Amino acid sequence: MKFTDFIIPCIIGGVLIFGLIKDVDVFNEFIEGAKETLKTGISILPAIIALMTAVGMFKASGAFDILSYAVSPVASFFHFPAECMPLALVRPISGSGALAVYEGILNSVHPDSFAGRVASVMLGSTETTFYTIAVYFGSTKIKKIRHTLFCALMADLTGFIVSAITVCFFF
Amino acid sequence: MMKWVFGIMIILSVIFGISTGRIDEVSNAALEEGAKAIELFLYLLGGMCVWGGIMRIADKSGLTSKLSSLFKPVAKLIFKNLDFNGKAFKAISMNVAANLLGLGNAATPLGIEAMHALEKEDHTKDSASENMIVFTVLNTASITLIPTTVASLRLKHGSLQPFDILPCVWITSFLSVGTGLILALVLNKARRKK
Repeated sequence: MKFTDFIIPCIIGGVLIFGLIKDVDVFNEFIEGAKETLKTGISILPAIIALMTAVGMFKASGAFDILSYAVSPVASFFHFPAECMPLALVRPISGSGALAVYEGILNSVHPDSFAGRVASVMLGSTETTFYTIAVYFGSTKIKKIRHTLFCALMADLTGFIVSAITVCFFF
Repeated sequence: MMKWVFGIMIILSVIFGISTGRIDEVSNAALEEGAKAIELFLYLLGGMCVWGGIMRIADKSGLTSKLSSLFKPVAKLIFKNLDFNGKAFKAISMNVAANLLGLGNAATPLGIEAMHALEKEDHTKDSASENMIVFTVLNTASITLIPTTVASLRLKHGSLQPFDILPCVWITSFLSVGTGLILALVLNKARRKK
């Protein structure tokens, strides 16, 4: 048993205890929350289908291997596993796309391998930059986003490099 | 943007498929990936719904607003002239809470709400306010405590300890958010003087 095994059950238990103390109808509220998530989930399903099809075809054609090979010198310079390079390229652009690429990586390497772990940390600790900016500013009347994109992309880059370093350090 | 990513990927895979002689595999992929996507989605949806439900309980019991008051001292450092009793701050803290739990899809509607509120409170015209930039960067870098989706997929693929990457995720997430925020704050300040 590890420390990390305790986190999820403790959060769930803690939230429920707090809810019951505050006299919340925990069962019905849970159902409501799950229902809302189900709705947003269904709305992203077509995008996941579209992008997984595109990524799947791209991988099957051998283009992925060529792409990974082309960027491998950069990757090896940072001790960055070549398998994760496509994920770094897709991550800022599309969340469903990144999910599809990640699923592909886990099909070829074990999740507990070095590359598998780096990919997991990368996906877990970054967001879909372009999508977030488009949606957030798209909902307002703002036309000039100023230095938002630059800062966001630098944050992503830091995340990618640090994910490989931390996995090296901890495992 | 996505139309190009989607279109170019498929066109390239047809061209590469023909030239590498793997067009049969491309053909199979075109037909099978949709089914795989549904499978993957059903697998993830369960976990997402559990968190959605738990988050709703946390919200109704007032736990989320308690958490947001914990977040206040940090918020004071990064947001300038923000009304801490206003709508924007409430939406921002709920958004941060959803992000911390790795609920990207729950965070988005809250983020949009926060942007609307910031637009009003900061009286912006067509140019992003400083708080808007800081908030958006905070979200694109995403502060994650529990990467739910990643952990479910690790488990599905046979990881023995799907959550053993948590310390790495925390450090990476923290450093990436930190870089983004510091840059945003520095650039905000630098461009204010001009």
